Order: sequence, then structure tokens, then C-alpha cells
Amino acid sequence: MVKPSLKPGEMIDGFRLEQRVHQGGMAALWRVSRAGMTMPMLMKVPIIAEGADPAAIVGFEMEQMILPRLSGVHVPKFVAAGDFEVQPYIVMERVPGETLLPRLPELPLPYAQVADLGLKIADALDDLHRQHVIHLDVKPSNIMFRPSGDAVFIDFGLSHHDQLPDLMQEEFRLPFGTAPYMSPEQLLGIRSDPRSDLFALGVLLYFFSTGVRPFGESETMRGMRRRLWRDPVPPRQLKPDYPHWLQEIVLRCIEIDPAWRYPSAAQLAFELSHPGQVKLTKRSERLNRDPLATVLRRRFNKGITRSITSVPTSKHISAAPIVAVAVDLDGSTLLNDALRVTAERILATLPSARLACVNVLKLGRITLDFTLDEEGHNKQIDRLVALRHWAEPLKLDNHRLTAHVLEAVDPANAIIEFAQANHIDHIVIGARQNSLLRNLLGSVSAKVAAEAPCTVTVVRPARTGETSQS
Amino acid sequence: MLIAVFADIHANRQAFSACLAQARDFGAVRNVFLGDYVGYGADPEWTVTTVMDLVEKGAMAVRGNHDNAIGNSRERMNVEAQIVIEWTRGELGAAERRFLEQLPFTCRDDDRLYVHGDASSPESWRYVTSVGDAARSMIATLAPITLCGHVHRPALYTMSATGKMTGFTPVTGSAIHLLPGRRWLAVLGAVGQPRDGNPAACYVMLDTKRRELTYCRAPYDVEEAAARIRNKGLPSWLAERLLVGK
Repeated sequence: MVKPSLKPGEMIDGFRLEQRVHQGGMAALWRVSRAGMTMPMLMKVPIIAEGADPAAIVGFEMEQMILPRLSGVHVPKFVAAGDFEVQPYIVMERVPGETLLPRLPELPLPYAQVADLGLKIADALDDLHRQHVIHLDVKPSNIMFRPSGDAVFIDFGLSHHDQLPDLMQEEFRLPFGTAPYMSPEQLLGIRSDPRSDLFALGVLLYFFSTGVRPFGESETMRGMRRRLWRDPVPPRQLKPDYPHWLQEIVLRCIEIDPAWRYPSAAQLAFELSHPGQVKLTKRSERLNRDPLATVLRRRFNKGITRSITSVPTSKHISAAPIVAVAVDLDGSTLLNDALRVTAERILATLPSARLACVNVLKLGRITLDFTLDEEGHNKQIDRLVALRHWAEPLKLDNHRLTAHVLEAVDPANAIIEFAQANHIDHIVIGARQNSLLRNLLGSVSAKVAAEAPCTVTVVRPARTGETSQS
Repeated sequence: MLIAVFADIHANRQAFSACLAQARDFGAVRNVFLGDYVGYGADPEWTVTTVMDLVEKGAMAVRGNHDNAIGNSRERMNVEAQIVIEWTRGELGAAERRFLEQLPFTCRDDDRLYVHGDASSPESWRYVTSVGDAARSMIATLAPITLCGHVHRPALYTMSATGKMTGFTPVTGSAIHLLPGRRWLAVLGAVGQPRDGNPAACYVMLDTKRRELTYCRAPYDVEEAAARIRNKGLPSWLAERLLVGK
């Protein structure tokens, strides 16, 4: 049976308890060591006593199921788990440093810092969602940062894995989460929408940039439910210098209807890393909350809450890819037309997909390059204009389209790095037709196809009579 | 130990062969059969002799309602099932019929209970299709893990130490850790007549050491299995439904 209390120096399955570092209501955290292992480790031991919160046990069970299946820099590495019949525990990597919680006295933080935090957390959420997990308790005390800057989520006790039974779902009829960060759909008992995490991140960004929690701290059901119809005060009312693009992003994250938020964490990360290209809608200008009539309509029209449906996490992500098209503006029209046709086909089937048009401004290896050409035109701007012109026939909403000019010595490397940094799901690139140039420079598309971290489509113009050979 | 568990083979030779081969490739060292070897399909004799042979070599098998109907004309079934059972009686030899008549209703192996349907009353052939059904079945046994079939649609149920129930539709190929400290009831999909919209044959692999359960799908020559049903003059709906998994 479970021992009543653990003491330093005690051994559990080869792990030596060194020091208790945290004692919470649901679990205790111990620093542990094991012969032959150098990685700093933590042991989480749930409190299972008479009258203990049953959520503690179920949350611990969920974590026991989920953590071993996760990998990568954004989660603590799983080491071992102990059964409930003997001594329940989970041993995991001890991530160095602090959570975001001790930073609350510093709020509000500078806008650039908030955007940077948001980008790192959105990157981590994207990785988590791709591993089928929705965290459902994104808040300052559950987020840490590695020395590399990567965000790490801790505590998966409230999480949902779309390939595992959701023990929380049936166990508790009341919603579980942290009141200020809980999304409207979570309040309605829906635990399977990854955009709930984007809502929580939006709350965090609002809080960190204004010092005010958008939906207050009420923990009563009545108080929490207000967010189903009452929109928060726009940040620009609280801080007149609040950037339009940041208000656009933050308010879009905390939209009541998940369908009005970003379709994926990767797309949110993309916006946070390209603030200059955020499409500024009415949202970005708002200084006041919605008028009473609108609020009342939402209050008594259940339309919005009814439209919240449950779709598996993996479907959400695969329906909202970021597609990058590498356009060679000096290349043949035929090829660029073929690229557009391919892009159009991909976008037609996926209404949540977005397109990043990329062009590489090649720099000389030795010569000094100037961004202004001989006539004094800014090459960057010229190319951005040309990229948008290329994309114009696609008739894409600005939400779904961005243009990027990368300056680089090696075009293939620049495209690969862009794809890595921006979580691109699919690269569309043209094959260079001029064989002499290809012989001299090597094939960019071949290198991208070989080394890119995602799917690559290499496009060639349709064969015409003169190029076909016997 | 890796155990392959099969339910509702229903005389579908093509589906059963595909599952056995796939499970062997995955490293299964023991086979368990949860009943309904006959009925609906066109190869009852081959199926029953194959199961008999495997039982001889250490496999475990329990009885299903269609198996029970072979020697018991009072077993009530729908019209199509009844037609096939009458035809099947004329296909099976004495040894095969005796094998089916002597099968146990349940079988216990370590912490696992094998049964065709609801374990609270194995001879009533009740379906487990809801958390309520699953709770009734679990409360009636002491086994931490129950495996059953009969429904032809995969589902997994679990009961916490405090008696709270959770139901879940398993995802093919995704191993689920059967946490100790709770009780589990796995309803298998069918080998020989899947009804969850996916025509591929369904079975499970259980890793007893890691306590992990994986629902597997084996694609097979559905057209051939359907053609054989038609060739034997059995109701054509039984052939058509295989093609769509309904």
C-alpha cells in the first residue's frame, strides 16, 4: 500500500529521494537521483489519502499515460513510472530554471518581449498538438524555458490525448482547468479542441502585455460563464500605445467561437514572427467593448455555443497547413504559372491553409551588396511587390497570404531554414529548366527536396511540343 | 508475452488468414478466440478446423452465440443468420460440431477474462454497447481486464477505483496502457464482419508485460470473401456488407 509519507534518503525502485522541492494539493515533487544517471530528475508523487481530491488521482493517471508518449524539447523527458498498486510516481527530467509565475510582479512586460514569449509558447503548442495532445491548462505556472529559449510545458494532468481514453471527461461533470485561462468551450465541457490552448495563450499574452486579466479571476461558474458572451476590454483602451498588430493577434486568440481564432498554433506562431504582415482588421482598432445590444444578442442566442463541435486534434492540424511557394522572379513565366496552378490546387481543398510566397535575393559571396540597385530602387520592396503580383490571381484573403524576401548566399539553405523556423508543412518549388545554369550552380529544388523538414513538391511546366524529345 | 485476440471470425477465411499472418509478424506467441467462428461467412469448416488446430497447440477459445446455435436449434437469431446457420450445420463434420458444443462460455487467464459478450450473464449473449453495459459486465467479475466481442465495433471501457466509467473508441495502431488500479473492458471489432465502416479485419494485440493493448486492422481480399458467400447461395446482403464494413 501507499506509504503515508516519504523521507529524504528513501529509495523507490532504484531512485533515491534527495529533496522535496514542492508540495502541492495534488502531488509532491522530489529531486531524485539514480546510480548511473546524470540527467537531473524529478519524481512526482500524487497525494492519495482519505478524502484526497479524486481529480489528483485521475490527473496523475492521465499524466502517466500521456508523458511516456511525448518527445522533443517542449516536454520534460519521461524516465520511469510506478504502479498504483505499489507506489505511484512518475520520474521525469528536471527542467532547469523557473516557470513564468515569478514574473507576474514585473507585468506589464514590453510588447516585443510579450510577442517573443508568445512565439515560443505557440511553437511549443504546435509541437504538442502534432503529438495529439491538447494541454488544456496553459498558464504561467505550467510553462518553463530551457537555456536554449525553447518553451517547455509541465503538468499534463488536465491534458487530452486524441488517441487515448480521456479519463477526465467522464470522471468530472464540471469543467476542470484554471479559471482565468479556461476557454468558453472548456466551460461547456468540450476537451477536444486544440484551439482551447490558443485561447489560454491569448489570455496569457493579454495579461502579460497589460497587467490585467481579460476575464478577471472569478472562479464561480457564473463568473466564468460571462466569457461566453462578454468580450474583454480591448488592450488599446488600457494602454493607448498598444500596437495594433498585437491587439489583432491577442483578441483573435481569445475570440469566443474557436472557429474565429487562429486555425492552428503554427499559424499563430507565424503571425507573431511576422508582425509587419499581420492583417489589421476592425479588431486591431477597437477601443471599446461590444455595445450592450451585441452582448445581449450573444447572451441569449446560443448560436455561437452551438457551433462548437468536436474534431480530432490531428484533423485540425492537417486541415490548416502553412504552404510555402518558392517563386523565382527572374525565372520563366511558364514555370511561375505552373507553380501558381499547383498552389491553387493545394489551397482549394484546404480553406484554413495559408500561403507564404518566398523569394531569395541572392547575395554575392565576395562582393558587397547594397539593398538599393543602380536606379535607387529598393530591391526588397520591388520583390515583395512582384511576389504579391504573382499571387494576385489566387485571390487569397490577406489572412492567408504573406510575402517574404530572404537575403542569402545559398538559396536552397535559405528556403530550408525558412521552412524550419516557420513550421512550414509543404514547400512548392520550381525545377530550374536551364540545364547550363543548373550544371553551374547545382539544383536548388533537388537540395530543398532532399533536406527540407517537410513535404516538397517540385513543379515543372507542362511539357510543350518543342521540349519533348524522342 | 504478446497475445493476439480474435473475435467474430464468422467463417471468413480470407479475413482470418490475414489476421493470423499479421499477428504472427507482430510476434504473437499465443492466440485467444472470443467466439462466433461460424455464421455469416462461407468457410465454416476451414475456420473451425483451423481454430481446433490452434487450440490443440495451446490457444484459448470460448463459445459465441452462432457456435451455440449449431447444436441448439432454440437459439434465436435474425433471419439471415438463421439461414446461414442451417446451411453451416450441413457443412460441419461431427468432430467440428462436438468442438463447438464443448467450448466454455468464459475463460480466465491470469488477470484476464475472455467472454463472447456481457460477462455478467455469458449465456444470454447480451451486447456491451454503452458505459452502462460495460459497468454491469465489469461489476459481475473480479478480473481486472475483460476482453469480449459480439458487437463487431471496437470500443474500450474503463472503471476507476471509485467506480466512474469512461468509454473510448480506440485508434488503430495506437497502444493504450491499461493502467493498473482501474478495470478495463475491451470490446473487439470483428475479424470476419466489421461493422464500424472500415472493411479491414479487426483484432487486438495484448502485451501482458507492458500492459498495453493495441487495436489492429488487417486488410484482406474482401471481394473474394464476398464472392464465396454469393457462390454458396447465402443471402447476398451478407456479401455486400463486407465490402463496406457495415
